[in-house]
Amino acid sequence: MFDNLTEKLQATFKRMRSQGRLTADDVREGLRDVRFALLEADVNFKVVKEFLSQVEEEAVGQDVLDSLTPAQGVVRIVRDHLTTLMGGQVERIKMASNPPTVIYLVGLQGSGKTTTTAKLAKMLKQQGRQPLMVAADIYRPAAVDQLQALGQQIDVPVVFSPGLSPVQLAQEGWQKSRQLAKDVVLVDTAGRLHVDETLMTELVEMHEALPAHETLLVVDAMTGQDAVRVASAFKEKLPLTGVVLTKLDGDARGGAALSIRQVTGLPIKLVGSGEKVDALEPFQPDRMASRILGMGDVLTLIEKA
Amino acid sequence: MAGIWNRLKEGMSRTRNNLGGRLRALFHGKEWDDNLWEELEEILYEADLGVDTIEYLTAALREAVRTRRPRHADDVMDLLREIMVDLFDVPSDPSLLDPQRPSIWLMVGVNGTGKTTTAGKFAALMKRQGYQVILGAADTFRAAAVEQLQEWGVRSGVEVVRQAPGADSAAVAYDTVQAAIARSKDLAIIDTAGRLHNKTNLMQELQKVVRVIQRERPQAPHQVWLVIDATTGQNGLAQAQVFLEAVKVTGIVLTKLDGTAKGGIALSIKRQLGLPIRFVGVGEKVEDLLPFDADSYVRAILGD
Ligand SMILES: Nc1nc2c(ncn2[C@@H]2O[C@H](COP(=O)(O)OP(=O)(O)OP(=O)(O)O)[C@@H](O)[C@H]2O)c(=O)[nH]1
Ligand SMILES: Nc1nc2c(ncn2[C@@H]2O[C@H](COP(=O)(O)OP(=O)(O)OP(=O)(O)O)[C@@H](O)[C@H]2O)c(=O)[nH]1
Ligand SMILES: [Mg+2]
Ligand SMILES: [Mg+2]
Repeated sequence: MFDNLTEKLQATFKRMRSQGRLTADDVREGLRDVRFALLEADVNFKVVKEFLSQVEEEAVGQDVLDSLTPAQGVVRIVRDHLTTLMGGQVERIKMASNPPTVIYLVGLQGSGKTTTTAKLAKMLKQQGRQPLMVAADIYRPAAVDQLQALGQQIDVPVVFSPGLSPVQLAQEGWQKSRQLAKDVVLVDTAGRLHVDETLMTELVEMHEALPAHETLLVVDAMTGQDAVRVASAFKEKLPLTGVVLTKLDGDARGGAALSIRQVTGLPIKLVGSGEKVDALEPFQPDRMASRILGMGDVLTLIEKA
Repeated sequence: MAGIWNRLKEGMSRTRNNLGGRLRALFHGKEWDDNLWEELEEILYEADLGVDTIEYLTAALREAVRTRRPRHADDVMDLLREIMVDLFDVPSDPSLLDPQRPSIWLMVGVNGTGKTTTAGKFAALMKRQGYQVILGAADTFRAAAVEQLQEWGVRSGVEVVRQAPGADSAAVAYDTVQAAIARSKDLAIIDTAGRLHNKTNLMQELQKVVRVIQRERPQAPHQVWLVIDATTGQNGLAQAQVFLEAVKVTGIVLTKLDGTAKGGIALSIKRQLGLPIRFVGVGEKVEDLLPFDADSYVRAILGD
């Protein structure tokens, strides 16, 4: 495992040590390497600042100063804190005690909502549920065709009726779930900007017409500093219950995950790891922490091989 | 032009938190003092400019402040704007269409950035300018990608070359070039599937598309547009680098600037790889594609 950050920190400490023993100030200075690593990983600037002030005390502690491998010590502390901040454990999708469970997928344009809707339907089906999907993106060219094609692939029915509004389609989805004896209604919504008042209101109205058990914000792992603003705006308007982080099969470090978790408190429930309908996995905070620090996602890679 | 950029500026300043507003509040009327550095840095980070570029900008600005000794913080902002505009260093009126006809354009990029939408917008834009355009649906992989482009063909009044889903994308690209030649088109725009740059097999598939096009037209593709989403963080640089190496990208289209993301990674891409930003996407409608203008862009993100 090529361990960039630890190596960098080792070099920094080595430089300092040449002037004698490592001091608390040296370690504080060394945390600059961590700061840059987090910023390069797209963790929000403010979150980085707050985070570093939290780990500083522990990082400049006697244990690290006396250690023969202070760089490893600091990185371990940083990684452990990151893991805890990201939730510590795996979070599940909650099912209604009184079916059907209603799940909305919302988010910015192109983040992966439609694909994730189908992936989630497939996952639930494999768990013995009877899902149904609602094609409520009536705006983007061929968005309905896309969900229908995916529905065919995974053999899950898709509710759509030309002329109906997204609010009506949500209601139609519920009706159909009763008729067809389905126990999960997954609503794929159109991509929208968090600053688009009209479209944000539409989502609110959909939730009024058909209340949600889960409303998942779908976020692209490549997102930069804006992630926090987007997630906060969606959360302000909607009863968000969690986040799906997509396109983790890329090489983005995915600092957005930490930023969103830290600022909104929303758990990251699932991650998308490919374009195919089975590329959906539970979120693993410890792996994500290593990834954000540029220490690779070794376990996931091994599982893939 | 000016009106359109005002629209972008409006779009970008829709949030109270926008960069321009904060910089203005930070600088306006204040005597310059060194404490402003940290705050300036923070604002640049939030625009996704990234560590390297921010260090470059602040070093250049410090130097300018040292030599030109501005009294007021407002003047510092003017200096910063100059430095940023200089970085873009766009050739005046770079021509889009190669004299060779048909010109072949290729849309490339990672998943979901706006390739298909931009292909549709390009088709409409070039048609409005009087050119004969044809679209090629070489994304044969993603569900209903062909139907999506087909709909853009209808919107822009442009014919779409397509094959059945699952067909070889290089074969569709070849068909498109053939059709463009046979029907004396000025321009063929070929849409491709989204692909993450770290997937070697998919990047090789894209290289195959290029090779097949070159069988008919060795000089083609005349433009390879890398479409980058303005919300993209530091990964944008790796994307640009790998696509540039694989298929000789000629220009960037920066999409979704109508949100609150500033697309600062585009400045880093320009600075570090020399790839020019040529167009920006500011919405989902056919007319929401604007030629990039460095001065207006920097003004839009820093505020006037
Ligand atoms: N590599 C990879 N691609 C993904 C993943 N999830 C989605 N995609 C791709 O990202 C692109 C956009 O996905 P969509 O599901 O259409 O996104 P959307 O949010 O529904 O988009 P709009 O409806 O246009 O807002 C497609 O090319 C998908 O195949 C993922 O986990 N990994
Ligand atoms: N707000 C906004 N949305 C845009 C812009 N450009 C594209 N979109 C939207 O972004 C989403 C993805 O656009 P596509 O054109 O499908 O992206 P793509 O790169 O072709 O996606 P794949 O082929 O799946 O990789 C769609 O919902 C578009 O309507 C833009 O400039 N502004
Ligand atoms: Mg969709
Ligand atoms: Mg596309």
